Amino acid sequence: MGGGGPGGGRRLRGERIGSVEVLAALLVLLVVFREPVAGLLSTPRLQTWTTVFVSIMVQAVPFLVFGVLLSAVIAVYVPRSFWARALPRRPALAVPVASAAGVVLPGCECGAVPIAGSLMRRGVTPAAALAFLLAAPAINPIVLTATAVAFPGNPEMVLARGLASLVVAMIMGWLWLRLGRTDWIRLPHRPDLDGLSRGAAFWSAVRHDVVHAGGFLVLGAMAAASINVLVPERWLQTLADNPVLSVLVLALLAVLLSLCSEADAFVAASLSQFSLTSRLVFLVVGPMVDLKLVAMQSGVFGRRFAYRFAPATFVVAVTVAVAVGAVLL
Amino acid sequence: MNRQAQAVVLLLLGGAVVRASVTDLYLRYVKEGLRPFLVAAGVALIAAAVMTLWYEVRPLLPGRAGTPSGEGDHAEPGDHAGDSDHGGHGHHEPRVGWLLLLPVLGLLLVAPPALGSYAVSQAGTTIPGDGLPDYPALPDEDPARITVLDYASRALFDAGASLGERRVQLTGFIANGPDDRPILARMVLSCCAADGRPVKLGLTGQAPVGLPDDTWVEVVGRYSDRIGRDPVNDAEIPYLDVETWREVPTPKRPYE
Repeated sequence: MGGGGPGGGRRLRGERIGSVEVLAALLVLLVVFREPVAGLLSTPRLQTWTTVFVSIMVQAVPFLVFGVLLSAVIAVYVPRSFWARALPRRPALAVPVASAAGVVLPGCECGAVPIAGSLMRRGVTPAAALAFLLAAPAINPIVLTATAVAFPGNPEMVLARGLASLVVAMIMGWLWLRLGRTDWIRLPHRPDLDGLSRGAAFWSAVRHDVVHAGGFLVLGAMAAASINVLVPERWLQTLADNPVLSVLVLALLAVLLSLCSEADAFVAASLSQFSLTSRLVFLVVGPMVDLKLVAMQSGVFGRRFAYRFAPATFVVAVTVAVAVGAVLL
Repeated sequence: MNRQAQAVVLLLLGGAVVRASVTDLYLRYVKEGLRPFLVAAGVALIAAAVMTLWYEVRPLLPGRAGTPSGEGDHAEPGDHAGDSDHGGHGHHEPRVGWLLLLPVLGLLLVAPPALGSYAVSQAGTTIPGDGLPDYPALPDEDPARITVLDYASRALFDAGASLGERRVQLTGFIANGPDDRPILARMVLSCCAADGRPVKLGLTGQAPVGLPDDTWVEVVGRYSDRIGRDPVNDAEIPYLDVETWREVPTPKRPYE
């Protein structure tokens, strides 16, 4: 299409107007049919679904925007040579350094995905970027403080959570070095930033990442809201007594609920019928693998990557959390 | 979705977020502390939309058409060459952006209410904070205005010692209780409505009757040593001996 010349230009213009017109028509229709739409959503279950969905989005938007702005700064203003100097040259050593660097990103998982993508584009070894992606949402001070507040009687929970999350992130980074293949990762095409002025490149990256990662965030939020409304808590009650089942159930619940890593400790605290170890599994798995995260990862890194990375992370996270729980809790 | 449409979507999303956070709409979905971050994020989204439109429109402005290698001209071929490289993927990629219209609609057109009696029926009562050794004295006023959560934890973990014979005033909404009798409930958030947990109180004495679910009431009453069980998670539900009650409008902060 690049060599289309004037013909291509006309086609572009045609598509362009089409897209904006569709948007305008859609909005007009929605405003006109506002009443029936609201009426459809008035049953208690759908209404609760809508509330939870909107709420997850409202909660995630600041973190998404913050993450995207930071990743655009990395993409445009931080020179490639910086990462070569900041991280150890050997990838095997870069992994633990990147994991520990997660401490400084006070946010939740929605922001970490675009940042990790941006790091990879800037030449950071994927293993280190992935270790950062997994560690950052789980071990930052805000999340650990929230955990301490949620478990006032069990301060060891904070240590267990930080330690287990850090270990999982490093194991996944090293696993990627041994088994990972770069062609699984397919960063979405971002309009070429190199030819643009810095301002134009910055805003182009922001626009692209918000629309892209945000779209996948919506998918994940819809899935999480559905689980939230459809799975009654009663079902959990009967499973809590079996030690093996309870670990698996809470691991799965962490994936399905897709809670923000700053909030999941409070939910874990409320699942008091479950053992501490199974609740630790909930806290370690949640920020690393959940529906909203898998949706965003498949958007930012490609599906071939997400379908391998997420299950592997799940297994490693459950194993490590159970081991740490057995020792510390 | 092309860049102009993306800019419009960003503008709408940013506008919806800013509007929700300068009105009290956001309190239905998240904690109050998130407000400054919401405003900042909304403004950043609007800025991204405006800048995108600016870089789109600038090369077309009269007098700039002939500028050497206008940025718009430069960007376009790159953008679309990428689409053809990726084939189906390239076309799939921007389409996901349309989904961002859903939260915009949710905030601007539907604006769903805060979690209510349906959510209460789905989740077990949760009263955290049994780590506190003793409870501070009640406020001096009579009746003492305290939260539903405060009453519940004093009633359960302190066996009502710090409540004594004092009259307390609680605000919550009506939900359907275990034995089909109305209970007083309030949702507690730690982050957003997805992690909302109910606190439930059984009502004895002059309990409100005949009110539909989700009606907000202000009740005045005294400690009751009666304890019920929540069938959802088998947790204890404390009771309140109601003296008087009245209907109140939905409070600005629906969560505790």
